[in-house]
Amino acid sequence: MTASETTVPNEEGGAGDEFLVEARGIVKRFGAFTANDHVDLGIRPGEIHALLGENGAGKSTLVKMIYGSLQPTEGRFFWKGEAVSISDPNTARRLGIGMVFQHFSLFEALTVAENIALALPGAFDMKALSTRITDLSRDYGLPLEPRAVVADLSVGERQRIEIVRCLIQEPKLLIMDEPTAVLTPQEADQLFLTLERLASEGCAVLYISHRLEEVKRLCHAATILRHGKVVARVDPRAETAASLARLMVGADVHAIRPKHARIGGPPRLFLDKLDLPASGPFSVALEGISLELRAGEILGIAGVAGNGQSEFFDAISGERPVERNSAVVIDGTACGSLGVTERRRLGAAFVPEERLGHGAVPAFPLSENVVLTRHAAYEDSGRNLIGFLDFARARSTAARVSEAYDVRKGKPDPEARSLSGGNLQKFVVGRELDRKPLLLLVNQPTWGVDAGAAALIRQALIDLAADGSAVLMISQDLDEIFEIADRIAVLSRGHLSPAYDAHVMTLEKIGLLMGGAHGGSDRVDEARQLREADGHAL
Amino acid sequence: MRFELEKRSERSLVMAWASPVIAVVATMITGGLIFAILGKPPLTALWVFFVEPFSSLWSLQELVVKATPLILIGVGLSVAYRANVWNIGAEGQLTAGALAGSMVPILFNSWQSPLTLVAMLVLGILGGMIWALVPALLKVKTGANEILVSLMMVYVAQLLLDWLVRGPWRDPHGYNFPKSVSFEDWQTMPTIGDGRLNIGIVIAVVVAIALAVLMRRTIKGYEVRVMGEAPRAGRFAGFSADRMVIFVFLLSGGLAGLAGVIEVASTVGQLQPNISPGYGFTAIIVAFLGRLDPIGVVVAALMLAVSYLGGEAAQIALGLSDKAARVFQGVLLFWVLACDTLILYRPRLVFGTTPEAAR
Repeated sequence: MTASETTVPNEEGGAGDEFLVEARGIVKRFGAFTANDHVDLGIRPGEIHALLGENGAGKSTLVKMIYGSLQPTEGRFFWKGEAVSISDPNTARRLGIGMVFQHFSLFEALTVAENIALALPGAFDMKALSTRITDLSRDYGLPLEPRAVVADLSVGERQRIEIVRCLIQEPKLLIMDEPTAVLTPQEADQLFLTLERLASEGCAVLYISHRLEEVKRLCHAATILRHGKVVARVDPRAETAASLARLMVGADVHAIRPKHARIGGPPRLFLDKLDLPASGPFSVALEGISLELRAGEILGIAGVAGNGQSEFFDAISGERPVERNSAVVIDGTACGSLGVTERRRLGAAFVPEERLGHGAVPAFPLSENVVLTRHAAYEDSGRNLIGFLDFARARSTAARVSEAYDVRKGKPDPEARSLSGGNLQKFVVGRELDRKPLLLLVNQPTWGVDAGAAALIRQALIDLAADGSAVLMISQDLDEIFEIADRIAVLSRGHLSPAYDAHVMTLEKIGLLMGGAHGGSDRVDEARQLREADGHAL
Repeated sequence: MRFELEKRSERSLVMAWASPVIAVVATMITGGLIFAILGKPPLTALWVFFVEPFSSLWSLQELVVKATPLILIGVGLSVAYRANVWNIGAEGQLTAGALAGSMVPILFNSWQSPLTLVAMLVLGILGGMIWALVPALLKVKTGANEILVSLMMVYVAQLLLDWLVRGPWRDPHGYNFPKSVSFEDWQTMPTIGDGRLNIGIVIAVVVAIALAVLMRRTIKGYEVRVMGEAPRAGRFAGFSADRMVIFVFLLSGGLAGLAGVIEVASTVGQLQPNISPGYGFTAIIVAFLGRLDPIGVVVAALMLAVSYLGGEAAQIALGLSDKAARVFQGVLLFWVLACDTLILYRPRLVFGTTPEAAR
């Protein structure tokens, strides 16, 4: 296999003391399952080191051990050449290890300064801290207002808080878990500048990402994990995205087959000036959302998280019906005031962003999760003649979905929470595709899913559209949107831009629309001005 | 060395059944310690408490009589708790059911018909439902905490009962005792055999089986389980959280009301200030000990009935306070909840180096 050829033996055995942090022979077992199998990893000061691997390859487990929230079964960690035991995150922080998690841990109702103060040990002077936050965040190009309330901030700004919270403790190693997943292209560029600046000052960065292009651009070294083992150590700058993907997956990732569908025919979804009031202080109101989606079409909704995506999903799925029935029309039937069950009966299917707890009940086996979206909609609803639930049929449906969408599981009908994120996503998407819906609304179809599973899911969406259904895809992953969408619209602060043909859209244009500049004919100039202003600011 | 709880990837089936057993054993040990501290011989005390109730036909019958209201209330509560709705006021709903059902013998004393008892039972259910509807509606309309409201409604019901039996509903020929008229034959539950055993237990078991089928096989039971496990997924499935709150309060309240009217129409035989030794509260323990499963509740109700009988026996044989039974029930609930952690977590002793030792 190509993978083993590129495997570099641990040649630095003798020169180990130049590493800032080194893992030697780390093994972590959970029962019979080996999550990390004799993993060696060395990071030098000032190095941006990528940790790559599919979902379930053992990246999080390794990182959690470095950050002290898990303990290795075997093996040792070395910090500046000395053996250390990182028994908990406090110890890690004392050593100089900071971590920015994919899911932020911030109190929305508190200010920036208060959130940062909470993470600091011992007593502190709030005023001095605020000054320090302002200075530090400005120095590193992460401007933050210490008195701002977190709830009012964008996801990008929230991430800055997490980063500044680490920086204020002057870390020597910063661990970042998929930091760009929630950022606009412009915000991501700014983050890269900050990380490069940190590295130039001698801080090491351990960078976890699924986006291989950005790893190539940013990172100096990469360690690739597969099934818990290190399969390669490479210089990503000398690799291509395809060769990195091949190392991660262990096989060629299937290229997406383009679809050849005729777009047209009856509209599957029609939204007419849909309004939805905010449901709470931290919710976004939708205003005047209009769009038309025809059979055979995939419409991508781009936008940064927190701009109304979940409200948009709720309004179309019927989880939050609106008063005006004509605001939502599915396959010719007005259903704005109808609930989710009635909309499913019209032939619509929905895949929410959160797999666990929204798209699936964590404690239920897969078969019972089949019933969740089927109990009233179709013949195959899993109910028998006398109205009792037919779990035998639900089990066979679950088995069929698992087979068709390659859901890997340890036993025939496991609880949803025991599946890895990617496998559960394949199940949740497959459960809806199995119904052959006329309209599929999917929010973040491949969020946190590895390259192989993502390709499978995207292909399935394309095939569904090719068969005459319509697909509405909300995604923050612009590569994904460009890969499969026919038209692209941008959701920004509860407003939806007009949908543009994908081949006339550019990353830059999307970035501007994300910022709220809508590209009507006379607004193009405004957008250009905005862009120029940005250029000056940088 | 330290003690760690490691999350299991799935619920442990073994622990789901072993946990109540461990809890009961731990309760015995704790109970023995309490007896020892009180200066009673622990083994004798445990014998009196837990074995003697099984020693005679009379006490076995009494066990079933005591278990009847516990089953009826416990199965209703188990459904409510499965839906993550916390009805703590079953004692009040029991009282309200007893009051409503007693309207027939007290206000229409002369109405003698095969339907008399049926009317009493139906009114009992309605009484419990109305009492339960108050916390349910307040939760749905205003977001008021159902735990507090349902609990406070208990005291309202008990004071209402107290006022009625001392006032308007007092038996005019009862020498001023705070009691209603004694119910006639046709106003009480038919007995099985010649003891206190009555057909209430049959009703209770039928209800338990019906609810077991509801929970396992029907869309309603599925809805209850989804709303309890993951309310967001429940909304995604098209279920309404508000309707669920009202449904489970009506169900558990109605069954508590039924238990109340069966109590006054059998063992008590009239209305009086005390009609229940806290069945509505004990049923909370029954529901948890029975794994929030209707069939499990039947078994758990028999076990808790033992603690009532054992408590009475311990009063006589050992001179213990009648509060001893309540202490036992509390200790049992504590251990049940503690042991339930083991279903999702694996306990483990870790012999590792501490960070200090490493330096």
